[in-house]
Amino acid sequence: MNTRLAPTLCGLAAAGLLSAGQAVADDPVELTMYYPIAVGGALTDVIDGLVADFQADHPNISVNAIYAGNYDDTRVRAMSAIEAGDAPQLSVLFSIDLFDLIEQDAIVAFDDLIETDEEREWLDSFYPGLMENGQLDGQTYGIPFQRSTIVLYWNKEAFEAAGLDPETPPENWEEMAEMAAAVREASGGDQWGVMVPSTGYPYWMFQAFAFQNGHRLMSEDGTEVFFDDPASIEALEYWVSLTQEHEAMPDGTIEWGTLRQNFIEQATAMMWHTTGNLTAVRNEASFDFGVAMLPMNTQRGSPTGGGNFYIFNDTTEDEQRAAMTFIRWMTDPERAAAWSIETGYMGVSPAAYETEALRDYVETFPPAAVARDQLEHGTAELSTYQGGRVRRALDNAIQAALTGQMSPEEALNQAQAEAEAALRRYARSR
Amino acid sequence: MLIHNADRRMQIYGALLLLPAAVLLGTFAYLPTVSTLVNSLFLPGFRGSPPEFVGLENYALLIEDRTFWRVARNNLVYALGTIPTSIALALGMALFVNARLPGRGFVRMAYFTPTILPMIAAANIWMFFYAPQIGLFNKILGTLGLSGVNWLGDPSVALGSVIVMTIWKEAGFFMIFYLAALQSIPPELKEASDLEGTGRWSFFWRVTFPLLMPTTLFVLINALINAVRVVDHLFILTKGGPNNATNLLLYYVYENAFSFFDRTYAATITVVILLVLAVVATVKFTILDRRTHYQ
Repeated sequence: MNTRLAPTLCGLAAAGLLSAGQAVADDPVELTMYYPIAVGGALTDVIDGLVADFQADHPNISVNAIYAGNYDDTRVRAMSAIEAGDAPQLSVLFSIDLFDLIEQDAIVAFDDLIETDEEREWLDSFYPGLMENGQLDGQTYGIPFQRSTIVLYWNKEAFEAAGLDPETPPENWEEMAEMAAAVREASGGDQWGVMVPSTGYPYWMFQAFAFQNGHRLMSEDGTEVFFDDPASIEALEYWVSLTQEHEAMPDGTIEWGTLRQNFIEQATAMMWHTTGNLTAVRNEASFDFGVAMLPMNTQRGSPTGGGNFYIFNDTTEDEQRAAMTFIRWMTDPERAAAWSIETGYMGVSPAAYETEALRDYVETFPPAAVARDQLEHGTAELSTYQGGRVRRALDNAIQAALTGQMSPEEALNQAQAEAEAALRRYARSR
Repeated sequence: MLIHNADRRMQIYGALLLLPAAVLLGTFAYLPTVSTLVNSLFLPGFRGSPPEFVGLENYALLIEDRTFWRVARNNLVYALGTIPTSIALALGMALFVNARLPGRGFVRMAYFTPTILPMIAAANIWMFFYAPQIGLFNKILGTLGLSGVNWLGDPSVALGSVIVMTIWKEAGFFMIFYLAALQSIPPELKEASDLEGTGRWSFFWRVTFPLLMPTTLFVLINALINAVRVVDHLFILTKGGPNNATNLLLYYVYENAFSFFDRTYAATITVVILLVLAVVATVKFTILDRRTHYQ
C-alpha cells in the first residue's frame, strides 16, 4: 500500500509545487485601455472580439477595453483617470498627442521596455512613415494601430453621368476642380462635385493641401509652425476656390461626421476622407465607387493620421510588460491584416500586407491598398507642443476663410500669430 | 445642571445633523472653489515640474483674449435666446396639457420625450436634421422649392441652430414643473372667478401667473444654470465652430483644460464665471425672492 501511495503523493506535491511556481511567475495582470473611434461601423464589436481572442491566448492577462468616444474625448478620459490616481496601463490615443503626453510626463518610451532582439525587431517592423508621429529624440513612444491617410473617394456612376471617364480620378488640383464643376453642372445642381470636411479635423485636410503645394506646416521638433507662408496661403485659396470660384463644393463648413452619409446618398460625387471609413463605405454604398490618392499640385501628399498605442507610467513594471505583450499581439501582422480588412485602416507593417488574408483582400478589392501606396507621399500629421491650441488656431483660420469671414491670407496670418503666442507661453513654462 | 446637559446634547445632535451636508458642501463646492482660485495664479508646470507662481498674469491674458470675449458674448446670446423662449413654451405647453383634451397622457409624454433622451443621443439626431444636403430641415425646405441652409456650418446661423435645439430639449422638462404647480392651484379660485365673471385672460394674469411665480423663479434659475453649464451637445454638433461661432464658456474651459492642457488658464476662466454667477445669485436673493409670493 505504501509503495502505491508514495508516487501519488510525490505527484501531488510536484503538482502543488508547479502551480505555486507558476503563480509566482505569472501573477494575473489586469490592464485597462481606453480607445477612440472616429469612423463609421460597429468597431467596438471588433475590438471586443480581438480582446477576447487575446485573453484566450494569454489567460493570465485580462484587458478591460473601454470605448471612450473620439480622439479628444479619449485623451480626456485617460488624462482624467491619471489625474485621479487611477491611471490606465495603456490606451489608444491620437498619434499627435505625443508632445502633450510628454509635456504631462504621462508615458514611457518603448525603448526602455524592450529587452530582447526579437522585441527590437518588432519595434522596427512598422512603416517608418507611421512611426514619425510616435517618435521624439530617437525614442519611440507610440506604436501605430488605427492609422490612416486621407484618400479620395469617387462615385463612378456620377462621373459617367457627367460624361467623365468613370475609371479616371482627378490627378491634380486643376482636374479635380474641373471634374467637380462638370458633375455639378451635369446634375443640374442636384449633386455637388466634391466635399472636403472642415469640422472635426480641418487642420488635417489643410495639411494635405499645403503638402501637395510642397509645404510642411511645422518644424520636426514641434516648436515652430509656418502657417503664413505663401505656399500655405495658396493652398487655402485653392480650397476656398472650390466653393467660390468653381461652385463645386457647398458653402460654409462641411461636417466630418455626416460626410460619409453625404457620399453614400450621392449628394456629392467625390469626398476626401480617412481611409478608416473604407469598409463602412463599401458596405453601405449602392453604387460603384473608386478610391484614389489625393490629387497633386506640385507634388502628391497626405498627412498620416489616426491612433497609436501608448503605455503610461505610474504603473508597475509587470503591467507595462503585459501591456507591451498585448500591443505586440494586436499589431502582429495577422491581426493587423484582419483589422485593416474590418475597417479600412492601414495594415501598419509591410508584413501585414504579405499575409495571405490581406493579399487576397487587396487582390479582390484594390482600393484597400491605396492608403498604403500613398504612404510613399506621406508626411507627419501636424504635431507641436501646445498642440491643442496650435491646431485650434489653424482650425479657426480655415473655417473663417471657408465661411467668407476672412481672406485666406488674413486668416492664416492670425493663426500664425495665435500659434506663436501659445508656443511662447509654453516656452516659458518649460 | 440637568437642563444644561440636555441643552448641550441638543447642540451636538444638531451639529451632527448638519455634518453630512457640511462635509458634502465643503468637499464638492468650497474646496474646489478655493483650489480653482489658487490654481488661477500659476502657470502649468512642464514635465512634472512644479507650477510657477505668476500672480494675476492669467487674468491679464484673459482680458486680452479675444476668443474669451467672443465666447462670453456667445454665451450671453445663448442665454437670452434659450431662457425666455423655453420658459414661455413650457408654460404654454403646461397650460395646454393641463386642460381637458383627448389623448392628454400621450401629448404630455410627447412633450416630455426630449428630456429623457441623453443629450449626446439627441445631439446626434439633430446633427442629421441639420445636415445641409441630406438633413430633414433642408429636405423640407427643398420640397417648398427653397434652397437649404448650412445650419451648423454657417457662422451667422450656427448659434441660432444650437439655441433652437436647446429650447426643444429644455421646454418639456420645465413643463413638468409648471404642470405640477398648476395642479396644486386650488380649484375654488377658478370657481370663484367664474362666479365673478372674470375673463380667462385676466384670470391667468391676475391669479394663475402670480401663483406660479415660485415655479417660474425655480425654472429660471435652472435655465440659467443650464445656459452656463452647456457643453455636451457642442461636442457633437459643432465643437464650438465654425471659427468659434458657437463656442460657449464651459466648452472653452473644457478646451483649455483638456485639449490645450492649460489647467491654470481654465481655472482663471472658471473664476470669472463663478464671479458672474455670484452676482446673479445675489440679485436672486435680494430682489427676486422678495417679490415672489410663496404659499
